[in-house]
Amino acid sequence: MNNGKILSVKDLQTYFQTEDGVVKAVDGISFELEKGETLGIVGESGSGKSVTNLSVMRLIPEPPGKIVNGDIIFDGIDVCKLPLDEIRKIRGKRIAMIFQDPMTSLNPFLKISTQLMEVTQLHLGHSKKQAYEHAIKMLKMVGIPDAESRVSDYPHEFSGGMRQRVMIAMALSCDPELLIADEPTTALDVTIQAQILELIKDLRARLGTSVILITHDLGVVAGMTDKIVVMYAGKVFEQAPTRELFSTPANPYTRGLLKSVPDPAHEEGTELYQIPGLPPDVAHLPPGCPFAERCYRAEDICRSEFPPFVQINENHHSLCHFAREVYEDSKVNPPTTAAKRNRTEGGGEPQ
Amino acid sequence: MLKDLSCPKCGAPVTLESERQRIVICSFCGATSSVDLRNEAEPELKLERTTPVAGTSLWADAWKRLLKNKLAVAGMVVLAVMVVLVIVGPMIVYQLTGLTAASQPSDGSLLKSFPPSLKHLMGTDELGRDLLARVLQGGRISLAVGFISTVVSLLVGVSYGAIAGYLGGKVDNVMMRIVDIIYAIPYILVVIVLLSVFGGPNTKVLIAALPPILIGLIVGVIGVLVAVSFYRRLFGEAKALSMVDSVKRFGFGLLESVIVIALVVIAGFVIAGTGLGETIAEKYGDVVSLGLNQILLLFFSLGLVSWLTMARVVRGQVLSLKNQDFIMAAKATGVSTFGIIFRHLVPNTLGPVIVYATLTVPSVMLAEAFLSYLGLGVQAPYASWGSLAADGVKNIAIFPWQLIFPGVTMAITLFSLNFLGDGLRDALDPQTRKF
Repeated sequence: MNNGKILSVKDLQTYFQTEDGVVKAVDGISFELEKGETLGIVGESGSGKSVTNLSVMRLIPEPPGKIVNGDIIFDGIDVCKLPLDEIRKIRGKRIAMIFQDPMTSLNPFLKISTQLMEVTQLHLGHSKKQAYEHAIKMLKMVGIPDAESRVSDYPHEFSGGMRQRVMIAMALSCDPELLIADEPTTALDVTIQAQILELIKDLRARLGTSVILITHDLGVVAGMTDKIVVMYAGKVFEQAPTRELFSTPANPYTRGLLKSVPDPAHEEGTELYQIPGLPPDVAHLPPGCPFAERCYRAEDICRSEFPPFVQINENHHSLCHFAREVYEDSKVNPPTTAAKRNRTEGGGEPQ
Repeated sequence: MLKDLSCPKCGAPVTLESERQRIVICSFCGATSSVDLRNEAEPELKLERTTPVAGTSLWADAWKRLLKNKLAVAGMVVLAVMVVLVIVGPMIVYQLTGLTAASQPSDGSLLKSFPPSLKHLMGTDELGRDLLARVLQGGRISLAVGFISTVVSLLVGVSYGAIAGYLGGKVDNVMMRIVDIIYAIPYILVVIVLLSVFGGPNTKVLIAALPPILIGLIVGVIGVLVAVSFYRRLFGEAKALSMVDSVKRFGFGLLESVIVIALVVIAGFVIAGTGLGETIAEKYGDVVSLGLNQILLLFFSLGLVSWLTMARVVRGQVLSLKNQDFIMAAKATGVSTFGIIFRHLVPNTLGPVIVYATLTVPSVMLAEAFLSYLGLGVQAPYASWGSLAADGVKNIAIFPWQLIFPGVTMAITLFSLNFLGDGLRDALDPQTRKF
């Protein structure tokens, strides 16, 4: 069961009971993560990225949410079947999480030290003194200057980027095997973004932690991840190694996403590309492909029949009636100008 | 004369807004420097020695704001003086004059109410007792009622409201309906019923019944906890899968309940059999029935109602806090439900809680005065401000000081408490402050 895989999610379905009916926030997604690997989960808002990872932590608010079906195997343990007490021993110790907004994810009433110490006292059985020293060590590790005096500050005395560093320090306190970063850079400005990503990258290399990076920014995942899962309307639309996904996507949605990334070499006067329309209401999905209404090459079959999950090669899957055609098309006609440029220069880092 | 100056620390150019400006803050490095005008033609900038700004916690910040509010500070001072007076006052009066709250003159003169004089600073009441001693003595009970009820409302109300708010759903619903029910019972009725059932000669019965009831309760709570952990160990938390399974579970639960109830009853009877309660009742019953029981029942009934609003206030706070990211983050680090409620949520509700607690004290004191005024609260020889005022009202036309002194003392205390409460609200929640 456990051959180097840290996490394997199989056919996960997480539904929410709302007044509008059942919202299938996550509907049958599967992916696997090897030890030490980084997985990117990409998708628009509301595509089920966050719910997937809250499901892994068993943090779905119940009710209205519920994991209806599926297996989440973390290091040989079926997370879905564990009692709550056992889950708590995993949370924070073996799987840690970084949240989107560092401004609200630290308790404003408690000192940084209290919050950092709580984790290690809870999971590693540290004494107060040990925990305090560990907290300072962690703050130093994430690059907070003057950690000895900053440790007893309150969250409001830190800037956004510094708070995100504190969150990372907190998440890595117990040396977790899996780090879930839920849009860790969305609320930060670009320069801080780069610093935080660099930090996560560096710590991953040093500690050998597996990382799941959730984001809607393709630029973020490009340089960070080994493979990418593209989600849309609660489903995996495409799954491929990062390089392959960027150079030869086999799904019209992925192509659209890649085309929407603004290119610095963009010609003045021409319009930026955007995928037309809005994501569908997941409570009332049409019978066919949920992307059909917005797709540039949709045909009648897309609106009537749900697309198959086509395997392009060993690691590359795509949910589309015309996956192979799109794949072949991408080979000839790369979606991004950057990829085009790389193609003419004979390969290179597709960014 | 506004010539180009540069920051003495980093060298960046700084400009003076006007000729009279003496202090400049460099927009580049933030260093503060003063303008040195000894040489008029060539003004120089001198670096001010600055200390780094120490971080302030919310409490220090609030304290600073509170100190700026003159009324609140005055209230705080008056209150502190009042508390000290009430605690040491009766002893001082006894040392100076030899009078206590209960000492009556032994001469047989008919008129015993004397106006304020040097011997009796506040005059005497209709039985000739020194009013100053009685007001100070009464202050002890009045303030104690206020503070004890507030402590009850803090302990019970805050945890009750936080638990209901955080757990939510059915638990919240049941807990808050209980609050609604207690709310609906008029507390005057509760006091009257309690006094007529347990007051007077029945007090001994009540005291004798207390130990078995208390022990029974403790056994019951422990029993339920043990039973739940046994149930969990046997069946886990997963849902029952088959009919047989659910019947088995129901049977086991029923068996456990019967065992726990039996244990409670047995424990109660065993303690009752030892006669512990009766011994205590024999020993202290007489003292208590002297009138102290009235005070205890007053504490009890006011404590019973005082935590209700606090529970609602805290529940409302928790409801809005529990969906915030930092609670999710705490959950994601594996903090237990207990830890989340009491380490993460309760401190965040403290602002409104403190404000509400300061405003609870005067309202409870007023309720006590009201009950005593009706003759339901504190009984002679004990006194409270309420009962003193009630005595004074009878003679208001001829001996006005008997109403004025207790009344004014109480009014001053209530004023101070209300000013302090308002000041705390402004200090802890600066957004609601009117400018």
